[in-house]
Order: sequence, then C-alpha cells, then structure tokens
Amino acid sequence: MTHPPKSSAPPPVAVPGVPAQSGPPAPPVPYTPVPHTPRPPAAPPARRTAFAEGAERLRAAATTEPGRLRIIGAVLALVVVAFGAVTAWQTSERAAAADDVLHRSQPLSSGAAGIYRSLADANTAASSGFLAGGQETAGTRDRYEKDIRTAAGGLVTAAANAEPGSASEAAITRLNRLLPEYKGLIERARTYNRQGYPVGGAYLRYANEKMQRQMLPAAEDLYTRENQRLDADYADATPYPWAAIALGVLALGALGWAQHRTYQRTHRVLNHGLVAGTAATTVVLLWLVVGHTVARSELDGSYDRGIRSLGVLHDARIASLKARGNENLSLVARGAETVTVDGTVYDAYYRDFDKDMAALGKGLAAAGRLADDSAGTAPVKAAEGNMAVWKQRHAAARTEDENGNYQQALDKVIGAKGATGACFDSVDANLARAIDHEQGEFQRAAGDGRDALTGLPAGAAALALLGAAGAVAGIGRRLSEYR
Amino acid sequence: MYGRRARAALRGWGGVGAMAVLCALALAFVLLLPHTQAPADGRPAGQRTAHAGQVRADDCQDAGAQDRSLSPSGADGPTIDAIKARTGAKRKLIVGVDQNSYRWGYRNPNTEGAELEGFDIDLAHRIAEDLLGDPDAVQFKAIPTSQRITAIQDNRVDMVVRTMTITCDRLSQVAFSAPYFKTGQQVLAPKSSGITGYDGSLAHKRVCSAAGSTAHTKLDADRTSGRLPASTDVSITVPNQLDCLVRLQLGEVDAVVTDGALAASQAAQDPTVELKGKPFTTEYYGVAMKKGASDLVRRVNHVLVDYRDHGWQASYDRWLSATLGKDPAASEPPAPRYLHGG
Repeated sequence: MTHPPKSSAPPPVAVPGVPAQSGPPAPPVPYTPVPHTPRPPAAPPARRTAFAEGAERLRAAATTEPGRLRIIGAVLALVVVAFGAVTAWQTSERAAAADDVLHRSQPLSSGAAGIYRSLADANTAASSGFLAGGQETAGTRDRYEKDIRTAAGGLVTAAANAEPGSASEAAITRLNRLLPEYKGLIERARTYNRQGYPVGGAYLRYANEKMQRQMLPAAEDLYTRENQRLDADYADATPYPWAAIALGVLALGALGWAQHRTYQRTHRVLNHGLVAGTAATTVVLLWLVVGHTVARSELDGSYDRGIRSLGVLHDARIASLKARGNENLSLVARGAETVTVDGTVYDAYYRDFDKDMAALGKGLAAAGRLADDSAGTAPVKAAEGNMAVWKQRHAAARTEDENGNYQQALDKVIGAKGATGACFDSVDANLARAIDHEQGEFQRAAGDGRDALTGLPAGAAALALLGAAGAVAGIGRRLSEYR
Repeated sequence: MYGRRARAALRGWGGVGAMAVLCALALAFVLLLPHTQAPADGRPAGQRTAHAGQVRADDCQDAGAQDRSLSPSGADGPTIDAIKARTGAKRKLIVGVDQNSYRWGYRNPNTEGAELEGFDIDLAHRIAEDLLGDPDAVQFKAIPTSQRITAIQDNRVDMVVRTMTITCDRLSQVAFSAPYFKTGQQVLAPKSSGITGYDGSLAHKRVCSAAGSTAHTKLDADRTSGRLPASTDVSITVPNQLDCLVRLQLGEVDAVVTDGALAASQAAQDPTVELKGKPFTTEYYGVAMKKGASDLVRRVNHVLVDYRDHGWQASYDRWLSATLGKDPAASEPPAPRYLHGG
C-alpha cells in the first residue's frame, strides 16, 4: 500500500530564505544595480506574492494523499488548540468575574451600605445625645464615635477599590471632605450644649442638614454605583461560553471526521493518536459544560438567595434608621417643621416617620418571603415583632407630645425603660443578624460557584495541547506509512 | 316690673344680637383674609408690602403700630370659651414660641427635664395661669420665624409669644396685644471686624437675617432705597436668627442684623462678637393672636396691664439684665394706648 513518494513537495511551511524550486531553471538574471552586496543573486523579478505562492503550493499538495494528511493534521491541531485557548480565556474571564463578585464587588456593595448605615446612625445618635441634654450618656457617645470610625474605615476600603475617575471615586471624595466638616459641627454643638447655650442646637440642625442634604445622598450614590458594579460582575460571570463550546463541538466533529476518513482508507478502526486527541477534547468539553453550568447555577443561587435578601435587608435597616432619626428630630424641632398635604397640616418629621415605618414593614415582609431557611426567617420575624411594639410605643409617645407633655414624650422615646429606643435597637440587632446570615449564604453559594471553575482554564489549556499533540501524532503515524 | 324685665330681656337679646353680628363680621373677615392675603408669590409675609398696602386702607403707620390694640377686658368670649372647653390632657393653651433665643425662649440642656425657659416663656405661663388657672397648662410649639403668622392663621397655635415685632404689615394678617417690650434692630459682628454699625462699613459684606423677620424686610428696603451700599449682600436668610450666629462663626457671613434684644443674646453666647453701633429702629414686641379673636386680645391686654406692674421686672432681672443691662429703661414698653373706640 505504500506509494512511492511522488513529487514530495516540502510542507507548506517552507524553510525561510531558500528560494522555491520552480521547474525550469531561471533565465539569466539581468543586471540590477545593487552595488557592494556580495549576496547571491536575488530572486527572479517575476515572483508572485507570498500568499499566491502559498495557495498554489497548497493546491499542489492537496492533490496527493500525504499532502492532504499534512493539511488535515495541521487543521486538527489548530482547531483543538484554538478550542483549548478560547476555553481557557473564556473560563478564566468568568472565574475572575466570579472571584470579583465574591471578593470585590459584593464586599464593596456591603461596605457602601455600611457607610450609609453608619452615617445615618451617627446622626441619629447625635440627635439622641442632644435630646438627652448636656450630659449625654456614654452609650450614645460611644455609638456615635463607633459609627464615625466605621464610616471612615469603610471610605478607605471603598477608595482603595475605586477606579480612578469613576463616579464612585467622586462620591468617595465628597464624603471624605464632608465627614470631618460634619464631625466639626457636632463637636461644636456638644461644646455649646455643655455650656448651656442654645447655639449648640443650631449647630446640630446645621450638621443634620449637611448630613441629610449632602452626605447621605452621596453615600446612596456610592451604594448604587457599587451595586451596578456587582451586577456587572454577575453579568460577566454567568453567560455560557458559547464560542468555546462551539469550537469544542467543531474540534470533536473534525476529529471524528478524520477518524472516519482514516477508517475508510485503511479499514483500521483505531488510530491511537486521534483517539487520544478525541478523548482529551471530550474531557475538556464536558468539563467546560458541566463546570460552567454548576458555577452558573451556584452564582445565580447566590444572587437570588443572598444578594436580593441582602438588598432588601439593607433597605429595611436604613428605613428603621431613618424612622428613628425622624422620631428624634420631631422632638428636637418641637413642631417647627410642618408640611401641608391636601389642606391638612402635619408635623414633617412625624409624617416622614410614618413613611419610614411603612417602608420598614414592607421591607421586613419582603425579607421574610426571600428568606429560605429557618435561620434566615427567625431574625426577620423577631424584627417584625419589635417593630409592632415600636409602633405602639411611638403612638403613646406621640399622644403625649400632641397633648403638650413634652417631658413624658421624651421619656417614652429616649427613656431608660419602655422607650421606643429599645425597640429600635432590637430591630437593628435582629436585622444585623439576618444580614450576617444572608451574607454567609451568599459567600457559600458564590464560593461554590467560583470553585466549580477552579482549574478549568489551566486544565483546558493543558488537555487541549495534549489533544492537539495526539491528533498530530495520529496523523503522523499515517503519514509515516508513505515514507 | 314687667317693663324692666322686658327691657332686660331686650338688652340681653340685643347683646346676643350684637355679639352675633360681631361674630359674623369676624368670620367674614377671617374667611376673606386668605383671599386678600394669599401668599401667591411664596415670599415671607414681611416682604409682601404691595399686598398689605391694599388691606391696610386705614392710617396705620409703623411708628404707631403698637398703639392699635384693643382695650383690655377680663371677660370671656368665643375664643376663650373654646380654649377652656378643651378637656383632659388637652386642656392647655397652645403657644408658639422659640426654642433658640437665649434667655427669651430656649431649652437649657443642663437643666433636669426639658422645660423651655426665658422671658417669653414666663409671659406665656402668666397668660395660661390667667386663662386656665394653671401656669403649667401650656403646650409649647417651637416655630421658625417665617412660620409665625401662618401658624396662627392655620390654628396650629392659640397665640405666638416669640419676640414678634408689631408692624402694620403683620397687623393686616394677625391681631396683636399691646406692646410688652421695646427694642431696635442692631448689627452684630466679630469684635475684630471693620464694621462700625448700620452704615457704609457694610459695603461688600454678607449680612445674615432670619427669613420673614422685620430685620430682613428692613435690609431689603434700605438696600433698594440706597441707605445701605448696593454692594451689601443681604440675600442670606436662615430659619432662625440664631442660625445666623452659626454662619457668622463659620465665616459664611460677615455680620448679623436682628433685634438688639436677640443680638445681645447671641453676643452672650460668643465672647468674640459684639453689637456694633446704636439700634437703628424702634420696635415693640407684642403677643400675636388670630385676627378676629378680640376677646382673647382684650384678655391678654388685661393680663399685660397687671404683668407690667407685677412680674415684668422680676422676669427682666432674671433673664435679661445680664445681657441687656441692669437698667431696664431702654427695654420698658411704653404706657399702653389702645385703638380709639376699640
């Protein structure tokens, strides 16, 4: 069966520098003025372009079986290597995005929510301190200081991860500038309060205005941006790697066709090299599809069970903070701020309080629906209970206030026993527990998702090289039969 | 015998009739007021001089605005009856006050409880004692300067005792008692500042005043008329005169214009600022009530007659002598004069 090598043309990859052997000898080269170059005479001027030359040679090669085999071997190697490369590239991109979700964008989104929460809580603590009078309690003071520290720390983390020139960076810059200003105003308010001067209250109002009008909107902006980044990372991590899958199917098809062709020509069932190549390619394709599907479902699960719950819980916690702040401010302002709706005059802060409580109730209900296990449901249920008590106590305090019993109203809001403050603290603590739990859920699911992609890029690259080597070896085995 | 009874009955009916006519008039006035006084342009009441001019068809001059209250009377009337009819915990006089005016109406953070105290607060307690028999039967509502008139018109408060100057403009929207305190606008600035008073030294300076205050009205008018340099920036207004001190300390404004009595309270909280120049207006504080509540106005005037002799001096000594001086002569209200036939 061995055919004598007929016109054994060199493989398409010609040795560079050596001029191609064209049939008849070249006509004498006319004199070309290339002085001082002791090189061999240049190629004939009638030469065509390299592409046309290559195509011509390929066509010539394709007319013989070894030539065809060489071409088939090269194409097989190319397709399998391309499959490996695209798989490695696409999966490493998804693994990096999944890793970003787990270690970058989600912590940053959580961190931004933490910054907002600390700022709002600091403001609430400051107004509670003012309500309590010059002798503010150690508890309020510690809480305020801790909130400021948390916010400052959160800003450093956020700044370290912000891209230069991004909107997040602008928000962080604003917050970094405003935080010391705010702190300065509060310290002045404290000093004047201790001296018994009402200008302390004026400073508190000024600080509150700065917080409400400038700082909290900036923190909210940052939170929104970080959430957008989180969503973008999820969008990068979860889509199917269609290009890699398509190339994988193409590679398998090509390998199958090559084996079929070999079988038809030689009636040999197995070509070891091609079988090895097919096996390697199949493994890569299976690994790719299964690994990615697992990663995708875990990541989607981490979004549905973790991120959405966390979003709802963060919003509920912020609503409870705002409600507490408005409850305090209604007593600080003492009816100074009113709004008129449909001809009825309301205390602006009490009206906002009612809105915030409604938002809190809705948020807790949504969180209860999203929580998928008893460990997640329990703190939400507990917070709902705290909220009900809070509403009752608030109604009693408001009645006192509306009847002009300011001191009694104050006792019912910031007093030591049976005050709304204890309810707020319980709501906050329970929501913190729920957030911790959901954070754990998220980390577990997203971690599993990311781990499903571990080793896939490197493994795919290595196996694809192996597969390509197998295919080349298999074709080489056939080729050697012609020598 | 019959005749006398009939006459008495007639007199009784006549009284009731007259009262009914008065009530109807008052009601008509109150109902019409919102139409003539609708703040369509949203500016604080003090600035709407054009509107007020139409209502102020009589001969009210700001210099004599404090003499346009009704003569005192201890009798009850529909407004007082309504207040007395409140029951239980709500049986209180609702008074609009300030909680930011040091020694006038403020909350001392270092006292036990959260009671408001000051010169205005003393007077409110006194009126409550007379009306309801208990000085503590008061519910204080803190209101910003610009809200004083609307708070009365919306029935959010029965009266406002809050360093409120009697002006013709305001007289067209609310009723005032006889004056209980005399003061005048003054300039407050840092001691180191080159500002010497209400004069050309305010050129290129930023001057702060409370929105809806007589100070802001005056600043606006004087800048337009040329009494103040055109380069003086009077656009910075705040909800409360005390907020001006915050802006001054933060360097956001160069001077504050407010009533001397309040400016002195501000200076008392910061030893680095002082009053500059003499008062450049004369103003009288009055208790503001709803227009048409003539029984309440007469009753408050009745309380004030007694208060001037018994209580005013003690309250002054307690709250104001430290900031306004031992001698109260400059602050004493004039002998009350009431609207002729009022």
